[in-house]
Amino acid sequence: MEDLLHIGGRSIKSRLLIGTGKFSSYPLMRKALEAAQSDIVTVALRRVDAGAKTDNILEYIPKSCILMANTSGARNADEAVRIARLAKASGAGNWIKIEVVQDNKYLLPDNLETLKAVEILAQEGFIVLPYMSPDLSMAKRMADAGAAAVMPLGSPIGSNRGMKTRELVEILVREIKVPVIVDAGLGSPSDACECMEMGCAAVLVNTAIAIVRDPVAMARAFREAVSAGRTAYLAGLASSGSEASASSPLTGFLRNETR
Amino acid sequence: MSYSDILLKYKDLPFEKIFHELSPQEVERSIASGTQEPERLLALLSPTAEGFLESMAQKAHALTLQHFGRTIQLYTPMYLSNFCENECAYCGFNARNKMPRRTLTLEEVEKEAAFIASTGIEHLLILTGDSRTKSSPAYIKECLSVLKKYFSSISAEIYALSEEEYADLVRSGIDGLTLYQETYDEAVYERVHRSGPKKDFIFRLDAPERAARSGMRNVNVGVLLGLSDWRKEVFLMGLHAQYLQDHFGDVETGASLPRLRPHAGDFKEMTEVSNANIAQIIVALRLFLPRLGIALSTRESAGLREDLLPLGITRMSAGSTTRVGGHTIASPEEENAPQFEIADPRDVDAMKAMLVAKGYQPVLKDWMQI
Repeated sequence: MEDLLHIGGRSIKSRLLIGTGKFSSYPLMRKALEAAQSDIVTVALRRVDAGAKTDNILEYIPKSCILMANTSGARNADEAVRIARLAKASGAGNWIKIEVVQDNKYLLPDNLETLKAVEILAQEGFIVLPYMSPDLSMAKRMADAGAAAVMPLGSPIGSNRGMKTRELVEILVREIKVPVIVDAGLGSPSDACECMEMGCAAVLVNTAIAIVRDPVAMARAFREAVSAGRTAYLAGLASSGSEASASSPLTGFLRNETR
Repeated sequence: MSYSDILLKYKDLPFEKIFHELSPQEVERSIASGTQEPERLLALLSPTAEGFLESMAQKAHALTLQHFGRTIQLYTPMYLSNFCENECAYCGFNARNKMPRRTLTLEEVEKEAAFIASTGIEHLLILTGDSRTKSSPAYIKECLSVLKKYFSSISAEIYALSEEEYADLVRSGIDGLTLYQETYDEAVYERVHRSGPKKDFIFRLDAPERAARSGMRNVNVGVLLGLSDWRKEVFLMGLHAQYLQDHFGDVETGASLPRLRPHAGDFKEMTEVSNANIAQIIVALRLFLPRLGIALSTRESAGLREDLLPLGITRMSAGSTTRVGGHTIASPEEENAPQFEIADPRDVDAMKAMLVAKGYQPVLKDWMQI
């Protein structure tokens, strides 16, 4: 049976979501998106210039992709809601990544305002994917409020530091009923692979692809890493241990007793 | 506590001595560390750090890519009025300069706006001289009602206002403020601002935080390089930017590095700030505040702007004129003096082509009225 990701009523093949900021050009971004074979692409509405003659970012996103506008720049729930509605009105569809940041130093999300935006936008029929700090009770509330997935950060946006929040994200993977997608901080394909091995439903990557010397090759590397990690997870990853298992078990005498 | 209170702490610091006593080891530690202790910025701006410029530049470039990507935001300035009640020794709009003055009519504002918008620009910076009668907050609001139709984001570089006035402008469509302190040295400030409302050092110094409280999304500070010892000035400006970042997390903080240009004023005691100094300033600020927006205007030449670009620049102006109505109305022959002479006259298309050739994406739109 094909392994598909189910979000918002859609069945999605690729578990690699791509962010579109930071690329040196739109044509290069398009090539990277194609190499990644992503099905979901997020675009900051603040960057969409629908009236532009040659610089409309939307023209460079493959038509087969689900466009997920994001609310980058929103400082509170109210602004996120307004940006989401603008996105919908401008034809960007009803998939929305909620991003509410009141901290321009680290770009860490404001979970409380994010939750409020989830409640409103899910009610209005949006497919809502909130970017959040990995907090179990918040993730539960967001899922209960209608979030189609939750997107905890691995480490701060753009930091390329990998899964610094691993322990907390593992808890979300075990406890949250909607897909858990790691968004932000993944610096290398191995980080993405690690997320997938942990059982995350997908990952979202931007900086680690956009700013490297060869973004197209890096997009392909991420695709392969995500696929490998997912396969490993489904195969039932052997639990790791630093010691070899003893050939003469300490409790072997118990078996002797029953004999 | 306002930044003016913090500045007091540094008032009597023996900067000269501190800068010259920094050891290469301290500079190396400051480059490697990611802390935001003021001492670190002092080390990065010191003469000793000049010996480490390349390694600082490499790190600054990597940090800029990490936080801003391969993108540069473009904006265009539009002068609304050159009436001014200040006598600033370094400025062409100086009230004592005998020159024709004008304030654009709303029709003229629209003509300028339509032209700038036709170049693809979505981020506009409006500027006025300091005259509450000739370019009042009410006049600026009227201009905004016209400009909003043409641009996604409008910032203002105008005389210092009260918090309520800033909030009123935010409601009318302004989302960013640029306000240069010019100099953080009160004695120099007193000397070069000979008369006029701008003489109030503290009112100007605390204007950026009033703007941040009023709901502005972007607040940019700046010093006019050349008025006084640049190391000390940039240090105090860096702390000002840090203060804004720390106190107003929801505001994007930026800094500009205007270097004194030829102008119609009579300021003659300019201190030298070399190209190497400008490079050191950019990389020091980037290492100290990785998320700081850094703007580079057409006060610098085309060649130098391109060379400085990868060190940490995030925003550049394009298609600039410093004349009122300079885009469509004032002819070059007209005796409407510019505020200062620009050194990079390239239009938006030329700037875009340059950025693309350098491997950067020109970003014309990065906000919208919501």
